[in-house]
Amino acid sequence: MSEGRLRKLIMGDAQADRVVPPSGFTAQLTLFVSGAMAFLAVFALALSLASGRLANRWADELARAATLRINAPAEQRLAQTEAALTILRQTPGVASARAFSAEEQAELLSPWFGSSLAIDSLPVPQLIEVIEGDPGYDGTGLRLRLQAEVPGAVLDDHTRWRAPLVDAARALRRLGAVSILLIAGATAAMITLAANAALAANAQVIEVLRLVGALDSYIAHAFVRRFTLRALGGAAVGVGLGMIGVWLMPSASNEGGFLTGLGFQGWAWGLPLLIPPLGALVAFAATTRAANKRLGDLT
Amino acid sequence: MIELENVGYNYGGGELLSDVSVKLAPGSFHFLTGPSGAGKTTLLKLCYGALTPTSGRVRAFNMDVQGLDRDQMAHLRRRVGVVHQDCRFLDHLAVIENIALPLIVAGKDLSQEEANLRELLTWVGLSQRADALPPELSGGERQRAALARSVILSPDVIIADEPTGNVDWEMSQRLLQLLVELNRMGKTILVATHDMALIRAAKKQVQARVLRISAKQLIQAGADL
Repeated sequence: MSEGRLRKLIMGDAQADRVVPPSGFTAQLTLFVSGAMAFLAVFALALSLASGRLANRWADELARAATLRINAPAEQRLAQTEAALTILRQTPGVASARAFSAEEQAELLSPWFGSSLAIDSLPVPQLIEVIEGDPGYDGTGLRLRLQAEVPGAVLDDHTRWRAPLVDAARALRRLGAVSILLIAGATAAMITLAANAALAANAQVIEVLRLVGALDSYIAHAFVRRFTLRALGGAAVGVGLGMIGVWLMPSASNEGGFLTGLGFQGWAWGLPLLIPPLGALVAFAATTRAANKRLGDLT
Repeated sequence: MIELENVGYNYGGGELLSDVSVKLAPGSFHFLTGPSGAGKTTLLKLCYGALTPTSGRVRAFNMDVQGLDRDQMAHLRRRVGVVHQDCRFLDHLAVIENIALPLIVAGKDLSQEEANLRELLTWVGLSQRADALPPELSGGERQRAALARSVILSPDVIIADEPTGNVDWEMSQRLLQLLVELNRMGKTILVATHDMALIRAAKKQVQARVLRISAKQLIQAGADL
């Protein structure tokens, strides 16, 4: 499309606009549909971004840390801890390994036993925090070596319970992305229907325009411009309301976990602003296709 | 200007026109007559490309009409002014905008054509009705507005389908006067009518040829009216 035609499409041609009679009902329908769809798209986008963030954070945090538990009789515990730490320090891919002190372990257990209990009186296993480097260590190899040299050691790299959570968060992100695509498709379908209704309602007008020498492109533009601007306007309102809705949600906190994390962070606030132009693009494509098809059917 | 060569037209339910050959020379004035349903409107539509002949060839301005694509067809229609039987206005636009419609769709700047438009309105006697909507016009006013619209782009050929069908004798005389004036300006005119009185009246003013459709054929009626 040449620059002149593009400008004409955006700025419009007051004379050309008068040629096609204003159609109240389809106009409102298009505005409403694009507004509602943009509103939904904002939430789908927020959901997708939030679950994506969550998946990355969980995967990141959990993959980087592992726990080595040493279940050994009290007299052997210290020796096995030392042996395990030595092995861990020699293992490539382990950034650091640190045995928890008795106070730290007591603190970890205090939610269950209260702070007054003397932890020394219980057969609590020694815990070692393992921070993974980049690239990470070979979990299977480490397990085999520990099994041979420190029989009481159990390496828990959180994979067991981490994997389904991360998978769920990723699936949620995918669902969000699919929802956005579906919203775009549904918008295109509804605008096609509205455009077809408008074209059908104006069949007489189109015929007269053809008779007085109007080019197909002129007639198509009159409709395309109208629907594109309506979709743009409707989507702008929908996105505005959707963003206010997301902004009004409580901010992310550790207590709330996932639900309060549903929102935009930083630059991501700019993403919903892409929805109106994209909606207009969808409307432009849908109306152009509908108009060209219908005009092609006329003589 | 416009040339039909052995043209036939078939509506699907039998042949309406067959082996029609006619040549509209520049500056000529033709009447097309014949009984209702004989195919007058069909023949006119073949001339301005609204219908495609089922056999034979239609040439307009040395172009084969059948070979034109949709955009070329639109440009052809700007060179042929047509007064349709039912006028074909856009009812939501004022008379003056309807008359200017060919200018508007051709992308012309209306502000530069303002003077021409006013002059044309005066010529057809509709200056007072410029802002009326088409449904508010009388039959004669509609026909004059349609004629004004057909000549706004200054076409070389003007085709009118029963322009006096719904108007009284005085008004049809007035319309004829406008067509005669256009012909004197060098325009090629083709008018379909079944009004013999109108043809006789015209013959006193211009050298008009009469074509008659009879039994699917086009016959030169000549001077025998």
